Amino acid sequence: MKRVPLAIIGAGPAGMAAAATATRKGLEVVIFDEQPAPGGQIYRALESTPLRDPVLLGSDYWHGSELIDALRRESIDYRPGHMVWQLTREGEIGVIADDIAEVVVAERVILATGAQERPFPIAGWTLPGVMGAGAAQVLLKTSGVAAQAPVVLAGSGPLLYLVAAQYLRAGSPIEAILETTPRGNYRRAMTYVGGAARGWRYLQKGLSLLRELKRAGVRHVRDVTALRAVGEGRLAGVEWQTGAKPGIWQACEATTLLLHHGVIPNIQMTRALSGEHDWSDQQLCWIPRRDSDGRSDIDGFYVAGDSGGVGGARVAETQGSLAALAALASLDHIDTPTFEREAQPLRRALASESAIRPFLDTLYRPADTWRHPSDDVVVCRCEEVTAGEIRRVAKLGCSGPNQMKSFTRCGMGPCQGRMCGVTVSELLARESGQSVEATGYYRLRPPFKPITLGQLASAAEPAEKAHRSETEVS
Amino acid sequence: MFAYLKQPDDRTENVIIDYEGKALSARAGDTVAAALLASGVDVFRTTPVSQSPRAPWCMMGACFDCLLEIDGVPNRQGCQVVVAQGMKVAHQKGARRIDS
Ligand code: FES
Repeated sequence: MKRVPLAIIGAGPAGMAAAATATRKGLEVVIFDEQPAPGGQIYRALESTPLRDPVLLGSDYWHGSELIDALRRESIDYRPGHMVWQLTREGEIGVIADDIAEVVVAERVILATGAQERPFPIAGWTLPGVMGAGAAQVLLKTSGVAAQAPVVLAGSGPLLYLVAAQYLRAGSPIEAILETTPRGNYRRAMTYVGGAARGWRYLQKGLSLLRELKRAGVRHVRDVTALRAVGEGRLAGVEWQTGAKPGIWQACEATTLLLHHGVIPNIQMTRALSGEHDWSDQQLCWIPRRDSDGRSDIDGFYVAGDSGGVGGARVAETQGSLAALAALASLDHIDTPTFEREAQPLRRALASESAIRPFLDTLYRPADTWRHPSDDVVVCRCEEVTAGEIRRVAKLGCSGPNQMKSFTRCGMGPCQGRMCGVTVSELLARESGQSVEATGYYRLRPPFKPITLGQLASAAEPAEKAHRSETEVS
Repeated sequence: MFAYLKQPDDRTENVIIDYEGKALSARAGDTVAAALLASGVDVFRTTPVSQSPRAPWCMMGACFDCLLEIDGVPNRQGCQVVVAQGMKVAHQKGARRIDS
């Protein structure tokens, strides 16, 4: 069994920065990442993207090359294509790569597992042709693959505009943007405009994207209050209502509908480790408990980047460095004065980089209607459980997600609640009159993803390539 | 429907994979999901519960709607597996549940 002082899970901005910081201090580091190449989702495929013209994906994307170069240059034990399938509080990390499982024991672990798009449950969202806007961006970055007209984007948040702009720059037309940002959000967000002023660079970017879309003549429908995807077996069109014409469905043809309501932390691992999580009413998601340097409430574990609360790529990078310093200090690899000296500027940078958050979170907060879908809408995509079934079971007295799971199979499919978890917590809370906090979340346990017995067996006999078994471990 | 954008300076090699007996051309390094979508495959699997059609939703390993049978092994995430020359990919019909 390999032993290392520090393991990092995830090679996005937080993980890469953490690895570079620790390595520069001479600590032996291993970094596991599920993707075949470094960058996380934000800098995905940066080394290999066919869209080499820097204008297409934009300068925020290409900023990632510095981190990736550092990861490649330093003597970092970087393991792409390694899926972490289990993790214990003792620092045992079970990984699988090319069907071979291995267990590594780390004295300290930095979790930098990033974020995923917030589930966007509307009627028809399971139809082929409907996908996350972030997913479309992944296709664009990794393979230069774009959806063919007519393409509709719907939702709210900076990524929605960014994907639209990247599509246009790449010569792919956009039929319409259906913006769901509630009218009242603009006024509420102004309360935080002080923070926004400090995040001026960020705001300017957003405004220039909007101008770019306007110049291109993209149809931009605002104040969308209801939305559904229609089609038999695949998407054929999109229908919506606006605040100005309530009750009137408007429609357009579409073969691709890209949905986006921001991102939420990936909490699979902190949950499985039974760390404490708090419901953030500002970000409308579960956030693992950690201090401002990244120390989680689980001994020896640190959380850096969006998996500990959404802050964006620059914040993630700084948090990664800070968490690495904290880990180095706790390993006595650096002394306290050194830690304090080097942590100070990072803490200051964090404060100014995250100043824009309350403004963004408030502006792009999805309205209740999107988080409390109507009864006919599928909430659990894996087991096809509707909001109506969840409400019905809640009325029978089921108060928690785990009981819900055994009654309805909601959350029991292969995605392990990634696509329904936040919706279920919020729906149950409303039905039972409890807080989301008191309602709780699914109890998660490894494997984080289904693995086969053959893969598992290979951990015991690492030298030989074990035969893959068809039987899966529950 | 998706397609590859024309990138004149893209010198990436192509690999050929087999999807349901048809030869599809993909960029080396692409995920199976990207390659299939770019070749016009718009339904990847049908669900065990209602046999309803599905296609990738997240492209980052979270949703499991891209499940395919790859080289004879069912329930593989098409968005997490990179194409290889001669790889055999099949639509996944219902299949058994994969509980977790
Ligand atoms: S598309 Fe979501 S897991 Fe592959």
